[in-house]
Amino acid sequence: MIAIENLCKTYGKLTVLKDLTVRFGGGRVVSVIGPNGSGKTTMSKCILGMVLPDSGDIKMDGESVLKKYAYRSQIGYMPQIGKYPENMKIRQVIDMIRDIRKDVKTIDEELIGLYGLKAMYEKRMGSLSGGTKQKVSAALAFMFDPQVLILDEPTAGLDPISAEILKCKILKEKKKGKLILITSHIMSEVEEVADEVMCLVDGSLRFHETIASIKQHTNEERLSRAIAKIMNEED
Amino acid sequence: MNKIIKYVLYDIVRNKIIVAYTLFLLLLSIGLFNLGGSPEKGLLSLLNLVLLTVPLISIVFGTTHFYNSYEFMELLVSQPIKRSKIFMSEYWGVSLSLSGAFVIGVGIPVLLFAPSATGLYLVLTGVFITFIFVALAFLASVVTRDKAKGIGIALLLWFYFALIYDGLVLFILYSFADYPLEYATLALTAMNPVDLGRVMVLLNLDISAMMGYTGALYKSIFGSMWGIGIALVVMVLWVLVPVLASRRAFKRRDV
Repeated sequence: MIAIENLCKTYGKLTVLKDLTVRFGGGRVVSVIGPNGSGKTTMSKCILGMVLPDSGDIKMDGESVLKKYAYRSQIGYMPQIGKYPENMKIRQVIDMIRDIRKDVKTIDEELIGLYGLKAMYEKRMGSLSGGTKQKVSAALAFMFDPQVLILDEPTAGLDPISAEILKCKILKEKKKGKLILITSHIMSEVEEVADEVMCLVDGSLRFHETIASIKQHTNEERLSRAIAKIMNEED
Repeated sequence: MNKIIKYVLYDIVRNKIIVAYTLFLLLLSIGLFNLGGSPEKGLLSLLNLVLLTVPLISIVFGTTHFYNSYEFMELLVSQPIKRSKIFMSEYWGVSLSLSGAFVIGVGIPVLLFAPSATGLYLVLTGVFITFIFVALAFLASVVTRDKAKGIGIALLLWFYFALIYDGLVLFILYSFADYPLEYATLALTAMNPVDLGRVMVLLNLDISAMMGYTGALYKSIFGSMWGIGIALVVMVLWVLVPVLASRRAFKRRDV
């Protein structure tokens, strides 16, 4: 569904992505892991066209997405830290995005209902807590029934119940054949929702395998240990 | 594009600076027309004040608005919308609201107190100056991510066009006073939209008779239709060049 080919990105002297090549298929939940600053968010932003790569290509269903924009109708994005116009109300933000995406017929309001956002519709974005902003981001990401979901540390600011709601939603959308990319540091969570793990270290791919095969060839029961083992082996 | 402009305008109208700007211009123009004896004098003083304040307010407001809309743009960039569309909507939103304020604040008093071709040129010049300085403001804003630096660059640009440039022109004129400089001064005028606007309005006032040989040359050029036409084309270029340059930079940067 998404193919990244020889992607390179530098910020000044700092190399963030080094010749990254990876493929993701539909109907999977892929967890992107890696130490802080290993290029996880940059990779997501490259797919979204927010960060423009120096070289390499990103293809969605076989077509390059660089310098295009229409493909983004098929991507739902939940940023790590949602930034919203501070003086807009929740209702206004949601209405605005909906107004811009008028052509989409199926509107998924499940998360708005489950998170009780309607009760807070008149609050200004600037007055919201980090967690509530995350809920708004999540609701917007799932709203237009996209084929690809990119969730950047989705549960980092959420309370346990809200995080659980989000996990259920992720699994539900996976069953519809969607590709879901999640960056996360919480291994238990990765184990719960993900099918595959992709590990980035210093901007290049360390490994990209299914959870079952990782556990199998490391002979470990728990994912966190298995991954620690792989990292230590290669160091 | 209209949808996004709608939200940009909505955001601008709500923060009340634009209302204050309209009232300021209204007070200024009505006051000046009532102070001076003839409407011509009123127009002249209004011209001088407009050419000083409109660029300043346009460039400062444009820059601060651009940085304050960062979150808004970031939200839209991940949606299926062209980047250039987001940028142009911001540009149109800011320029339209500022020139709307100008047309209400200066245009209506001019229509009431000095309805003439000169008055029309004054309003036209003001609208052009607004579009040009918002474009320069956006150019300053895409150059750097640092808000303080961006506003610094914007103020420097204003300082250059409103004050320093005239000093430079005078210096050149005095240094090369022995040479025929008529066409050189003409070219120098075109290099600064503020001066261009000033000359365009001044030459439609009677006082241009006192401006000597260069004034006579200017009069023969700007007095004719094609001269005004060329001046307008130069003004349009002054809008297009910074807008297109900053749009290009905006399309090629990371968000």
